[in-house]
Amino acid sequence: MKKLKKSKKHTMAPFLAPSIIGVAIFFLLPFMVVIFYSFVDNPVTKEWVWFDNFVRLVKNNSFKRAVKNTAVFTAIAVPLAVILSLLLAIVLDQKIPGKSQFRTFFLSPMMVPIASVVLIWQVLFHYNGAVNDFLSTFGVSPVDWLKSDYAMVAIVPLYLWKNLGYNMILFMAALGNIPRDIIEVAQLESANSWQIFWHIKIRYLSPTILFVTIMSIISSFKVFREVYLLTGDHPVTSLYMLQHYMNNMFKSLDYQKLSAAAILMSLVMIVLIGALFLIENHFGKDVEE
Amino acid sequence: MEKQHIKHKKGLLFRIICFIFAASFAVIFLFPTVVTIANSFMSQSEISSNYGMVFSTTDSGAKAYISEKVNIKLIPDLVSFSQYFTVLFKSPSYLLKFWNSVILVVPITVFQILIACLASYGFARTEGKLKGIVFFGYIILMLMPYQVTLVPNYLVAEWFHILDTNWSIWLPGIFSPFSVYLLTKYMKRIPRALFEAAQIDGAGEWQIFRKVAMPICKGAIYSCAILVFIDYWNMVEQPLILFSDTEKYPLSVFLSKINEGEIGLAFAVATIYMVPGLLIFLYSEEYLVEGITYQGGIKG
Repeated sequence: MKKLKKSKKHTMAPFLAPSIIGVAIFFLLPFMVVIFYSFVDNPVTKEWVWFDNFVRLVKNNSFKRAVKNTAVFTAIAVPLAVILSLLLAIVLDQKIPGKSQFRTFFLSPMMVPIASVVLIWQVLFHYNGAVNDFLSTFGVSPVDWLKSDYAMVAIVPLYLWKNLGYNMILFMAALGNIPRDIIEVAQLESANSWQIFWHIKIRYLSPTILFVTIMSIISSFKVFREVYLLTGDHPVTSLYMLQHYMNNMFKSLDYQKLSAAAILMSLVMIVLIGALFLIENHFGKDVEE
Repeated sequence: MEKQHIKHKKGLLFRIICFIFAASFAVIFLFPTVVTIANSFMSQSEISSNYGMVFSTTDSGAKAYISEKVNIKLIPDLVSFSQYFTVLFKSPSYLLKFWNSVILVVPITVFQILIACLASYGFARTEGKLKGIVFFGYIILMLMPYQVTLVPNYLVAEWFHILDTNWSIWLPGIFSPFSVYLLTKYMKRIPRALFEAAQIDGAGEWQIFRKVAMPICKGAIYSCAILVFIDYWNMVEQPLILFSDTEKYPLSVFLSKINEGEIGLAFAVATIYMVPGLLIFLYSEEYLVEGITYQGGIKG
């Protein structure tokens, strides 16, 4: 039996080799070097300095600002992304006409490159743009949104526009997987639709809600893309994101700070991913029994 | 009886509210795409009279003709293909950037899928702790943001002297673990009995892979290819770090650098850049939805 297993492993090697070798060369080995760089004073003299790079990094003002802005964006955008996409999925779960068309409409932004719609966003949020024009009818004085402290107001909708469809599909699949008989039993016992929603549906949806939340947190770290395309290399301070900081470090070839920042980021990510796994284990047992 | 009636009425009201909610979101969601496409059919003068205030250059002479506010319009005064004509025949730089995008994205999609087909079959047919650890590593790598992965990518590109060449984006893209993860999840659902039956019939692993696993996974492979394609078609971070020559930028980055004087063209270029994604979407929305659904839940 043991022999059989071994021979099986052997035959799988040719299938796995291209991918594993590629990942090792292009991700794993260089990542080891990144870890090494984060602990030495510079890549040439290679003197071991322990956590000096990390200390310098967290004391750096631009890094602090970048972390803060990214965190603020995540804190605003992720709850909105989860709640709105859940609402859309619930709405499309009702008996309303044109459901499949609505799904198509909500999903379509996923296929549209951000670069193609930044022009519209500039038209909307410019000082002379449509949003100010609209607000001025209520007597609100115009703001140059993308250059103001409220720049997030322009970025969050773009992020939501792009990402809600994806989340909605995940929620729709989860809603479709709720066993019908449980709901029917509840209806027989004259539970109203609010009770059914709150006590049955939300309970069955909770693993998906958590999954979507963590995936949205991860995708919110990519918001640099939207910010860069709208405002370029040097945005207002309220839009200075982590990737801007990284780009500047690349430009100045500051390997120590780059490496230290990458390591810190990956630690945060590992904590998030670990949480995702724990949650899946926990709820997997609860719901799938 | 009365109660039933009220309940029915309440349900109807709820459904009407739902419909209005969905419809208003639909309008918001379609707005940017539709306006961009509509504006690509406007002439240069119409564009500058509508959006002159936003995109005008500082020469004050022109401002007299420009309206005070922007004017977002869905229907052009006069449908004109002049922008497309200019993009396609007169200013080749945009077509060149479009080609940059194609040449970066297509090889990544094709080869990432090829390598992932092999690897996912390998992962799905292997058991054991070591495999579990390696696959876990793939998942972590897949979820890492660019802020983390671009640093190792840059180092490798430097070692191999491929900075500023397409290889610096191709290679990490080709070995990126996303498709391996997605296809493995799918292949694990294939009943083991199918493989075992083929084995009893004397088929080798390669034959089982080609004749059993691949045909079953056709739909999943297509879904996966769509997700990879749209992800890279929208790429911004990699070229900014790995290319110093802006001539090599794909359109996804270059579009934002379009000159203010060419704003009319920008709508046409933006529309052309949407076309591949929208065409795929129109013909294979179901595959896209399936691809996303496989991702619901991280573990296999």
